[in-house]
Amino acid sequence: MREAETGGARPLLRVGDLHAHYGESHVLHGMSFEIAAGEVVTLLGRNGAGKTTTMRAIMGMLRQRSGSIVIDGVETMAMRSDRIARLGIGYVPEERGIFASLDVRENLELPPVVKPGGMSVEEVYDLFPRLRERRSSQGTKLSGGEQQMLAIARVLRTGAKLLLLDEPTEGLAPVIVQQIGTIIGELKRKGFTILLVEQNFHFAATVADRHYIVEHGHVVEMFRNEDIGSNMKTLQDYLGV
Amino acid sequence: MLELIGVSPQMLFGQLMLGLINGAFYAVLSLGLAVIFGLLNVINFTHGAQYMMGAFVAYILLVVFGVPYWGALVLAPVIVGAVGIVIERTMLRRLYHLDHLYGLLLTFGLALIIEGLFRARYGVSGQPYPNPLPGGTNLGFMFLPTYRGWVVVASLVVCFGTWLVIERTKLGSYLRAATERPDLVQAFGINVPLMITLTYGFGVALAGFAGVLAAPIYQVSPLMGANLIIVVFAVVVIGGMGSILGAIVTGYALGIVEGLTKVFYPEASNTVIFVVMAIVLLLKPAGLFGTAK
Repeated sequence: MREAETGGARPLLRVGDLHAHYGESHVLHGMSFEIAAGEVVTLLGRNGAGKTTTMRAIMGMLRQRSGSIVIDGVETMAMRSDRIARLGIGYVPEERGIFASLDVRENLELPPVVKPGGMSVEEVYDLFPRLRERRSSQGTKLSGGEQQMLAIARVLRTGAKLLLLDEPTEGLAPVIVQQIGTIIGELKRKGFTILLVEQNFHFAATVADRHYIVEHGHVVEMFRNEDIGSNMKTLQDYLGV
Repeated sequence: MLELIGVSPQMLFGQLMLGLINGAFYAVLSLGLAVIFGLLNVINFTHGAQYMMGAFVAYILLVVFGVPYWGALVLAPVIVGAVGIVIERTMLRRLYHLDHLYGLLLTFGLALIIEGLFRARYGVSGQPYPNPLPGGTNLGFMFLPTYRGWVVVASLVVCFGTWLVIERTKLGSYLRAATERPDLVQAFGINVPLMITLTYGFGVALAGFAGVLAAPIYQVSPLMGANLIIVVFAVVVIGGMGSILGAIVTGYALGIVEGLTKVFYPEASNTVIFVVMAIVLLLKPAGLFGTAK
């Protein structure tokens, strides 16, 4: 099963039997999945299925979690959030997390470099020319699409090779969604490994290699992207589309 | 022209100068409170006691170790800041995930303990501290004591320097970002718990610095902070909780308002700041420089 999932390569990220709580409520019930280096993998599921919580648990941002999260061979369950980031993970949170009291350039340069080999600021601006034009604007004065670009752009400088993107297309116009798809494709070509949380599986199908379906805090199904057509009926049942 | 309204220029400028001196202390103290509140969400009621400790450390350094004022100006804030760091590491840190009120109660209790300890050792009567810059200059319209001029300059430099670091440097951008979303800043790989400890230490060191500045002007006494801190909290509320610029500008402005009130209506000089606070809270509850959450 495991070999089948990642094609025999050692996974860059392996989540095993992950449980998480917010106060009294038990949100994750044994999440298990893995991603090989260079893959783009989505967590698909409805609102409240536990996708964002999984991201936050991987980043060590939850107090109450148990199970196993191995990143690049390192077990991270006992690690503090900033130590986990320094293993080479770039986190692009839900709602983008752009800082209002920082301008675009400060937002872009905020995350420290965690590994060698990240893009330079100039390379990032070449990939996102719009951000260069607006580098002196206050972060939250940008449009939603620009803020999403900025949220992605700022983790490309850090040398992180594993990116966690939490609903990068949420609330954006179709043309912007298309641009983000192009960027994800480009990042994949550059060798980034990407875990993508999505509700929009039409978008997910254009960018990902594999899809995990998440329901009630655990993975219920895994599809390869090429099999998505033959499993459309199951998929629609799960996602309620 | 001033004589027409029954006020001599000496009186007016004298009180303006006194107001500016008080404003200098308000500004440095409320700046420390604002920096701490911004990142820690803790209303540091120990601030007055830490200001008093600054003055006492300077006094002890002089009397026991023979360290002069200028040495104390550097050493005392470091020592008081280090005590603050111990308080943060051992006690305050445990309260961040609870309501604001717990931090307030802890720091209030600590203030009572610290002030009680100093009172037990030194009594309530003040200890004199020699003026390191005696003399002054006649400016024509008023006499300016050199040390008071120094206090205003020193506080302006410290306030403006702090503002510059927070608003214009990389370190400051970490601080501003962590004030908004500490969890996310930490998830980018920044050691936020360490930042919080150092920020508390810095805010407390500012209080200690103000205490050293105050030592030659006021008597060094265990209750000097308790008397001042209530006014400083009013300043913070007027400026807007957590606003750096608000704390600085409001600090000086209210010192001057207080001085002017002494000239024109002395009976109100002790209450004018609280009257301003009431008006500001009615019209702009988040404070003059604050943003509503």
